[in-house]
Amino acid sequence: MTDLIQSPQAAPPPDVIVVDSGRRRILMALAAPVGAVVFSIVASTIMLLIAGSDPIAAYGDMAKHASKLETQISMINRATPLYISGVAAAIGFKMNLFNIGVEGQYRMAAIFAAYVGGAIALPGVLHIGVIIIVAMLVGAAWAGLAGVLYTHRGINEVISTIMLNGVALGIIAWLVREWQAEGDIAQVGIGTERIDASGVLPNLSWLPETIFRDLKGTGELTGVLVIAIVVGIVYHVLLNRTVFGFELRASGGNALAARAGGIPPRRMALTAMLLSGGIAGLVGIAEIMDKGRYNPNFVGGLGFNGIGIALLGRNHPAGIAVGALLWAFLEASSDILQATQTAPKEIIDILRGVILLTVVIGYEVVSRVRSRDEATRAAARLAGGLA
Amino acid sequence: MALAIELKGITKRFPGVIANDDVNLAVEDGEIHAVCGENGAGKSTLMKILYGMQPADEGTMHVRGEQVQLSSPGDAIAAGIGMVHQHFMLAGNLSVLENVILGAEPTLPGGIIDRADAKEHLQEVGAAYGLEIDPDDLVEDLEVGERQRVEIIKVLYRGAKILILDEPTAVLVPQEVDELFRNMRELKASGATILFIDHKLEEVLEIADTITVLRQGKTVASVKAGEVTTGDLAELMVGSELPTPATSKSTVTDQRALSIDGLTVLDADRRPVVDGVSLAIRRGEIVGVAGVEGNGQTELVEAIMGTTHANAGTIKLFDNDITHQSVRQRREAGIGFVPQDRHAEGLLLEAPLWENAALGHQMKPPYARGVWFDRAGAQSQTEDIRTDFDVRSPDIHVSAQTLSGGNQQKLIIGREMTAGPDLLIAAHPTRGIDVGAQAAVWDHIRLARIEGMATLLISADLDELIGLSDTIVVMYKGRLVATLDPAQITPRELGSYMTGASL
Repeated sequence: MTDLIQSPQAAPPPDVIVVDSGRRRILMALAAPVGAVVFSIVASTIMLLIAGSDPIAAYGDMAKHASKLETQISMINRATPLYISGVAAAIGFKMNLFNIGVEGQYRMAAIFAAYVGGAIALPGVLHIGVIIIVAMLVGAAWAGLAGVLYTHRGINEVISTIMLNGVALGIIAWLVREWQAEGDIAQVGIGTERIDASGVLPNLSWLPETIFRDLKGTGELTGVLVIAIVVGIVYHVLLNRTVFGFELRASGGNALAARAGGIPPRRMALTAMLLSGGIAGLVGIAEIMDKGRYNPNFVGGLGFNGIGIALLGRNHPAGIAVGALLWAFLEASSDILQATQTAPKEIIDILRGVILLTVVIGYEVVSRVRSRDEATRAAARLAGGLA
Repeated sequence: MALAIELKGITKRFPGVIANDDVNLAVEDGEIHAVCGENGAGKSTLMKILYGMQPADEGTMHVRGEQVQLSSPGDAIAAGIGMVHQHFMLAGNLSVLENVILGAEPTLPGGIIDRADAKEHLQEVGAAYGLEIDPDDLVEDLEVGERQRVEIIKVLYRGAKILILDEPTAVLVPQEVDELFRNMRELKASGATILFIDHKLEEVLEIADTITVLRQGKTVASVKAGEVTTGDLAELMVGSELPTPATSKSTVTDQRALSIDGLTVLDADRRPVVDGVSLAIRRGEIVGVAGVEGNGQTELVEAIMGTTHANAGTIKLFDNDITHQSVRQRREAGIGFVPQDRHAEGLLLEAPLWENAALGHQMKPPYARGVWFDRAGAQSQTEDIRTDFDVRSPDIHVSAQTLSGGNQQKLIIGREMTAGPDLLIAAHPTRGIDVGAQAAVWDHIRLARIEGMATLLISADLDELIGLSDTIVVMYKGRLVATLDPAQITPRELGSYMTGASL
């Protein structure tokens, strides 16, 4: 019987090939996003020409603007909440859940955190800690609603999170009036009570000032950047280095196989939703720290942009960072185009849309090429090894 | 006689295997031609090429003397070739007629289906080939054999003169096989050409005119059925002695590893799919569950693993009542699991091998250190599994989908066996894998049995059940209807128990 089993396993091939395949993997991973950006520049150039603008001048303005230190700092400030939002969406994606509700979750989190932050007075670290914890808890609770509906009633999380976004906006509109800061009754739309200085994260402006030059008050580097970096590191470690992260990825990859492997799919889905919402809760921190309160002009859209950024960054912590910076650059460019009038600023929205569309198509193409490539290479190496 | 199909020099390569290597096949018009070979010999690949589902890398194909390039099943149908798949592709909630015309509906102006015309055509086809079926029956009410007949009619309805049957007898009990063969003879008498795949030699000799034997992707011989014996065919197929799953002397102890008492599982309509099942497996014992698929075996396995809720009864692993425990607790208590569908339930296809090896064992060493996933530990463990269980792959970092079916199965067997389970639930452990891998899987189960592992074996392969089991129980409509001694039973007798005929 043993003679039926074919010739024994050959020695593993030399390491050189492994290194090579690692480099190929990286090249392939970069092909789609880089290709998408190049393609979208070509597309927007055509758009600009059709619109009668000078693309060279427009790109020149964008590049000149982006090369200034102040712009770069403001880009990082903008990218920070986008990054956190991207990670929040990515956690859902890893579990095969579409958390469209980051938008509602971070807004709910922000108003509650701002209210609590304004109502209490504690020494520095504690005050900031309370604000952050409240934000995470509220975000998690709001996402958890959709999570429970999904795990216990089978309600599609896309539908429920979208609807909860609407509910959140209604609740917030009401809360802003209820929680209006005292003494400012006459002034409509002032927002919640101001958070004491002890509850505001110190800025990091010393960092660029030490490295480059004195900013002379023309810009501040947000302290929330530290939170974003911590979020990125924790996300990476949790996902790739812990048993929990393995179970989350396994469950997202094949729920049935995970279940047979002792990973309860419902609990994983609910946990992923809570984590995603908890991180989403941090998205609004920068904004309330900056303004010192939640006011009706609170910046929106960070949640929806986060979904695009997670997609662009392939749910990878570093990829999401690149995506967030790219988005921030585009926003900064939109500002400068508006100021210089060299091109309509809407060209930036077109750019963004084209990048997203092409990157999705690009990833699909690359993944097909990659699996075919992997298969033929595996076959070739086996054939070589067995010969 | 003219040739209905002629294949020359067909070659098809897949990762790690050459599925077809310079295959030649000549099928005469109006004959029944069998393609034989062990699992993994390349039969199914050849049929898929013939039916336009996969392109051949090399070689030419002629149908009735004309060279053809089939790039889709649509091309094959146009060339008069129809295929009946091993797994039926029918919609249970539609009638026979509706299933037959699905995708080829005759329509009246305005897109309305011309039922009268369809029925007339269906009855013409049925009469022409001697196949009887009521066009208004719901497919879900039909027996397996009848469903197969619907599949055949479906193909004939589309005008096919050359039929490919992919392991048509695999899903049938012996009595239904007789009926199928009767139908096949009538089809032949009415002028159809049949090409069918099988690896059961008695059946092949009974029905085929010509037999082409494949071995490891190559055509070994093409012989007339009257001129060979089963022994000759067996030798052609495996090149030497036939492998048998026979288990040597008994290692059964008197210590009960698994005790199931009065287990009942209800389906969504509160009907019992597992109905008061009581079963004991002792250490060192392999208990085989025979039964036509859909008689509650899947639910029995799920209830033991904990993925389905038991509505009544108890399940004990040694003295530990696990009836209400989670899947994880049961796995930690010492149950290993080889699922019936390795793609759906066994693997993370896009993840590397070392992550797949961890699945189901991720909470304990060497895969984990506390809450941390131990990548180094997992990788070295996977290297061991790859060596010990002969998983053919370039390294442990390739994704599971690049492995062939047999190697995927060896990886699953390896990860379960390495954990040293007290009880192994093996559902169809050798389904669809090549002969070498099959023998290896049997060897590993036998080896663990000697060391005291208890095994619950579910299989549709009656030879495997009889050869490997110490005890066989027959499951029929959710109940255990017979307990048999594998030494005293033939596949045919077992088949009649499985259909409830011997009750």
